[in-house]
Amino acid sequence: MTSPLQQKIKIAGPSVVTANRLGDGAVVYRTARHQWTTDIADAAVVSNATAATELLTPAKADGINAVDVYVAPVKLEDDRILPGNLREQIRMRGPTIELPYSYGA
Amino acid sequence: MYLYDEFDRTLLTERVSEFRGQVARRLSGELTEDEFKSLRLMNGVYLQLHAYMLRIAIPYGTLSAVQMRRLAHVARKYDRGYGHFTTRQNIQFNWIKLAQLPDAMADLADAGLHGMQTSGNCVRNITTDQWAGVAPDEIEDPRVWAELIRQHVTLHPEFSFLPRKFKIAVGASDHDRAALRIHDLALRMHKNGAGEAGFEVMVGGGLGRTPFIAKTIKQFLPVRDVLTYIEAVLRLYNQYGRRDNIYKARIKILVHDKGGEQFGKEVDAEWQNIKDGSLALDKDVIADIATRFQYPDYEKLLDNPPELKAAQADARFATWHANSVSRHKQSGYAIVTLSLKPIGKPTGDCTADQMDKIADIADRYSYSEIRVGHEQNLVLPQVAQRDLPEVFKALDAIGVATPNVNQISDIIACPGLDYCSLANARAIPVAQEISKRFAEPNLAKSLNRLHVNISGCINACGHHHVGHIGILGVEKNGEEFYQISIGGKADENAQLGTLLGPAVPYDDVVDAVEDLAEAYLALRERPDELFIDTFKRVGVEPFKERVYATR
Ligand code: SF4
Repeated sequence: MTSPLQQKIKIAGPSVVTANRLGDGAVVYRTARHQWTTDIADAAVVSNATAATELLTPAKADGINAVDVYVAPVKLEDDRILPGNLREQIRMRGPTIELPYSYGA
Repeated sequence: MYLYDEFDRTLLTERVSEFRGQVARRLSGELTEDEFKSLRLMNGVYLQLHAYMLRIAIPYGTLSAVQMRRLAHVARKYDRGYGHFTTRQNIQFNWIKLAQLPDAMADLADAGLHGMQTSGNCVRNITTDQWAGVAPDEIEDPRVWAELIRQHVTLHPEFSFLPRKFKIAVGASDHDRAALRIHDLALRMHKNGAGEAGFEVMVGGGLGRTPFIAKTIKQFLPVRDVLTYIEAVLRLYNQYGRRDNIYKARIKILVHDKGGEQFGKEVDAEWQNIKDGSLALDKDVIADIATRFQYPDYEKLLDNPPELKAAQADARFATWHANSVSRHKQSGYAIVTLSLKPIGKPTGDCTADQMDKIADIADRYSYSEIRVGHEQNLVLPQVAQRDLPEVFKALDAIGVATPNVNQISDIIACPGLDYCSLANARAIPVAQEISKRFAEPNLAKSLNRLHVNISGCINACGHHHVGHIGILGVEKNGEEFYQISIGGKADENAQLGTLLGPAVPYDDVVDAVEDLAEAYLALRERPDELFIDTFKRVGVEPFKERVYATR
């Protein structure tokens, strides 16, 4: 099992740069303007290793806003950006189970 | 209950203020993530898939009602109103914000709670039997020994940077309820021919990528030698543990490579140098720790009082009583297990409202004591039998009286891919579906004791290797698959399960478990032959045939 955090940049299709926000751990995505957003719709999508590296390097350097920065796969459907695998789906949407209590969400 | 002293309180207060400074420096950018990560881990703070997780130690699984209320308060104020009890008798909060962590920790510290020793390469929170101090088959309360060890190892510089984490468990009963043999080091109290109490010492157990059952390296260790002997084991581990390879760094690899006998000899040689040194325990030290564990002033009561007999007429009460109530060492009293496995709900989760109510019930009926077991259930250890009908009503009203303890729906499951950043596959929804499939009480009862354990990755936090049925989530081409093994167990005859065959996809897991249950019903010789005993008698093949016949 290799954590996505240890991966070499290998891009098999459209990808985004994602991380957890430092303050609360919320899942964030890197935008084309090199900012962080919680909305995947605003994420910059890259499709080759060079573009991914260009997006990733400054994102990793921004240690004060986000941590555990890595490249994650996405699917593009009808111009929508969707998480590319179950792990990323769960990161974006939260647990697949009903939480015991959901207030404060 | 254990009484904390001024030293304990000062340590916690200082720790919180230190962590407050570290968080502030991290948020301001003064500390990098690399610098901060090990500091937060030392306080039990992990980063999970969608938030920070705070793991809080519950030493030897003992909680007071006051502490339980404090956990409820933290769940409500800083998290999303619930917590998750783990297989290491800890509790985890899944949605804590970094900036609020110091306040949450300060609130916890007020009640003697903290996250130290829940992470990192140190001696982790020491676990024991959730029935400690009240079990009828116990020699003496194992928590005294767990506490002695805890005091010695907490923040001990030599044990704070071990090659890997180190888990210790202590038991003092014939029947092992603490899964001793899957720990790095375990102590089992027993008596020698002269009637003196001492410990069998086992080392090198553990699950994960390379599972091993611990080997006995000393049959009888006098109680005075507990700390010196553990020190000798840890010294050897510190010196020879494989720091070069994280997958080989646990003591189990060292013990396996050297062989149990040789490892034992080397420990003995090291031990001779320190055996009579300052760590040899004198009676006063042991007695002092023992006096800090307070026992109720039990009333003189008889077993099976009229209130209990009368309540047996109610079928729901009778079913719960037969399933969830166990014999206490004191006549007229009982040990009550609270199932945190309601049918179709996440395993081991407890809401803040439930925690508050459980604390109230403990105050009223269990001398304010609550225990956490490694099976992710809670226990009220001091209930007078005459109060059982009232206790049942109170527990039933808050959904913790499902009569499924030790049954197929009493599943151990780790958080899996719904929370954990290391996971390959989900564990909680699999557990939920299995419990729904076997929700019919007579069906579940007919299957007798049957432990299903589920882990979302090879790290095995869900103890899948030692489940009667063990389920391990793996990933194949981006899809969730599950390897199933059978025949594992974590008791005094602990053994690892045998892999059944190729992994099955998510949608097939519950059907496969049902196949196993049906195979067992068809194969068993008598209605009271347990699944694990049928497996022992017939082996894996007939089960395998059944599961793969149509796959
Ligand atoms: S077994 Fe794996 S998935 Fe489950 S909690 Fe442990 S590390 Fe996470």
